[in-house]
Amino acid sequence: MVNSILIKGGAIAGGSTADLLIKDGVIAEISPKIEAIADEVIDASSLVLLPGFVDLHTHLREPGRENSETIATGSLAAARGGYVAVSAMANTLPVADNSAIVEQVAAIGKSVGLVDVFPIGAVTKGLAGDELADLGSMAHSRARVRVFSDDGNCVSDPLMMRRALEYVKQFDGVIAQHAQDPRLTEDSQMNEGIVASTLGLKGWPAVAEESIIARDILLANMVGARLHICHVTTAGGVEIIRWAKAQGMKVTAEVTPHHLLLTDESATSYDPIYKVNPPLRTQGDVDALRQGVIDGTIDIIGTDHAPHPVESKECEWQNAAFGMVGLETAFPILYTTLIANGSISWERAIEVMSSTPAKIAGYQSHGRSLAVGEPAHIAIINPQGRMRVDRALLASKSKNTPFHGMEFQGTVVATVFNGILTHKVDVRSEKA
Amino acid sequence: MSLALNESDITRALTRISHEILERNSGSSDLTILGIPTRGAHLAHRLAAIISTIERTSVQVGTLDVTLHRDDLRLRAPRPLMETVIPSHGVEGRTVVLVDDVLFSGRTIRSALDALGEIGRPTRVQLAVLVDRGHRELPIKADFVGKNLPTSKSQSVKVSLREHDGVDEVRIEGESA
Amino acid sequence: MKHLLSINDIDRDFALTILDTAAEMAKVTEGPVKKLPTLRGKTVVNLFAEDSTRTRISFEAAAKRLSADVINFTAKGSSISKGESLKDTAQTLQALGADAVVIRHPASGAAHRLAQGKWINGTVINAGDGTHEHPSQALLDSYTIRKHLCGGTGDLSDIHVAIVGDILHSRVARSNVLLLTKLGARVTLVAPPTLLPHQVEQWPVRVSYNFNAVLPTVDAVIMLRIQQERMSDLYFPSEREYSTLFGIDSDRLGLTKSGTILLHPGPMNRGLEISAEAADSEQSVVVEQVANGVSIRMAILYLFIAGSQESVNG
Repeated sequence: MVNSILIKGGAIAGGSTADLLIKDGVIAEISPKIEAIADEVIDASSLVLLPGFVDLHTHLREPGRENSETIATGSLAAARGGYVAVSAMANTLPVADNSAIVEQVAAIGKSVGLVDVFPIGAVTKGLAGDELADLGSMAHSRARVRVFSDDGNCVSDPLMMRRALEYVKQFDGVIAQHAQDPRLTEDSQMNEGIVASTLGLKGWPAVAEESIIARDILLANMVGARLHICHVTTAGGVEIIRWAKAQGMKVTAEVTPHHLLLTDESATSYDPIYKVNPPLRTQGDVDALRQGVIDGTIDIIGTDHAPHPVESKECEWQNAAFGMVGLETAFPILYTTLIANGSISWERAIEVMSSTPAKIAGYQSHGRSLAVGEPAHIAIINPQGRMRVDRALLASKSKNTPFHGMEFQGTVVATVFNGILTHKVDVRSEKA
Repeated sequence: MSLALNESDITRALTRISHEILERNSGSSDLTILGIPTRGAHLAHRLAAIISTIERTSVQVGTLDVTLHRDDLRLRAPRPLMETVIPSHGVEGRTVVLVDDVLFSGRTIRSALDALGEIGRPTRVQLAVLVDRGHRELPIKADFVGKNLPTSKSQSVKVSLREHDGVDEVRIEGESA
Repeated sequence: MKHLLSINDIDRDFALTILDTAAEMAKVTEGPVKKLPTLRGKTVVNLFAEDSTRTRISFEAAAKRLSADVINFTAKGSSISKGESLKDTAQTLQALGADAVVIRHPASGAAHRLAQGKWINGTVINAGDGTHEHPSQALLDSYTIRKHLCGGTGDLSDIHVAIVGDILHSRVARSNVLLLTKLGARVTLVAPPTLLPHQVEQWPVRVSYNFNAVLPTVDAVIMLRIQQERMSDLYFPSEREYSTLFGIDSDRLGLTKSGTILLHPGPMNRGLEISAEAADSEQSVVVEQVANGVSIRMAILYLFIAGSQESVNG
């Protein structure tokens, strides 16, 4: 039983190097040289220590779709990705729209013990959009839900969205909207554009996302509520959010790693591994999203980790499921696209991966700085490390990653959750 | 590489074959001359021209592409088809003279007989070739031959015709066995 | 190349080879014995997961005229409709030893998935996948146009073709735009704005909403079918208005030059996009398209599967 861990010579939060001692789940000491005896010693020279990552958008599939993923396998995937906290979306079977389900999900997460699993509550009963779910009851349950989302579906009725935004103010909750006007995207398969026109696949216009973002920002502002926009994918969406923030409106926004890297050109192969909701868009959108992360318009990275079994992806595009797994590749993609080239600093990386998600959701034990007395939630990064993604080696039960065979820099070599080592690779073989 | 036939050899051979065709068939009234593209077709037109000069009447001439009836299709990439042009009196009840440049294994002629059979039923079919180089793989025989050229299997016979290659000659390439 | 999934798979020269080969094949069809031994011993499977009697019969006739064995695997009464996946169906076909699979499927990209999935060794011929492409239809349309307007040889330079109707959902339109422009023709699309693909300005075509203005300028008109499903999807107010603005009838035919021909991939909605008089007029070549379809499909089968699997240069 490992009670103490000594991490030697890592760059604390990407800054100056020091030794860091963890004891009984807490950061006990940080100084240039620590001589203590510890159960586990990690040589972190030329590695970087970051606060453990917090995902605000994860699909763990349990209860109901355990053939794709379980809370256990999802937790392991999260730990491998440097995550210490994930937020389980409510589109399970049955839907997490009452206190019994959310308490069950939280309890299973706790018994697996690799990450903190925070359930997200549905906004409407059964995600059907007709009646509000038991928002208060979920907030006051043992799961203490603060984030509510119908993700998978959009809360498209403006009156329903207004009521939900107003109602959750009583416990400082936040509605996380999946922005997709259903009437403009019936049976849509991929981004509406020249690629879709050529491939004969039904298009998903950018305006279906932008119009809902605009509407909800105005609604939230009017009722004085917080609003979080899940997985923004359009340059237009980024513009609208930038305007709203300039007006002082309380909106936060999220982008996925795949939307920072891939475009709708990938669909040309008709391989449904690239089919995702919201869809991959154009290079112009990718550039705008990256700029949004750089200038603060986009607040966080959310993986939208969406496992699907083989048979749901090994078929014709229009019959395939939407979604990609992403917990294990999220940080390396962020590093490769924005940190390695200096577009964002370590400080900004910590904000988008850890402190801001924790703040939005109110996860008080997370997103804290690496300082004495704080809970020991740490991700250890090798900036020189390279990984070639191999779908067969994913911890996730489902292997639907679009990145198979691609190489990224900035690997997660170890993860500490509450002072427990939940993930570790042999750094020497990595550094070689 | 050696020259087996030069331009005047070829001309004389074609003239002789034309006379032989007329002699064997007592004239040209029910003759239909069909050349196998590419060079057989040119030779067919030359024979028809010579015969029509001798008989002072026009002669039925056309081409017969055999690509679709070949027995070696599955062994190589599919070839583009050549033109098949059957002259106005057709082949039914006629004497068809097939014309090709080189007779070798006999398989091309077998394909031609199959192709012909799907167009109609001639009264009789005869075969005229410029060169017979031996090495038959099927029981096929030419009725009219310009020149018999014994060759080894490893050699190749290269026929050039002015209509297609700019010059009239027949060459043998390679070592005799 | 091994498969015919899209017009993009063939270059201009190979497209012309297909048309020339079809012309020779047509002569066989006109002769007394309508059969060739060319594909004897080869097996062609028609995998039709979408209803289409005409295209299936056309491919079947083409295969049989070349003495191939034909196996029909159609949606009705088979497991393709729902449940059995494309992969499972493909593996069954592989066990049957198919040299070619002619696939018609309601999902765009189904032919690509079949070809890339490596579940079968044979050649995949796309007979229409969703709203993506229908290469053999475009080839027979170009063949028909060439026969009437270019003396049956060469390419289609100086020919102006209008394609009229539901371009957005038409695989025939997509393949035709690609092939006609590849062969040198000029193409004008005529449709209401709601039935044009997003960013169609980037296609190598002109676009017009004014059917009457376009008619006197074209040498060929390809009318596309309006499907019943589109009526309820708010693409246009009513059948009558669509027919009035974009349908072809004798009056509109009267606006064309005397040599202009009228094509339709079929099946026709007589009275909707095409009037009975127009369909039966002297300028209509609809019936001939069907016969040309068999010759083109014979040419495709010959060029793609007669030889060894070493590639046909295209």
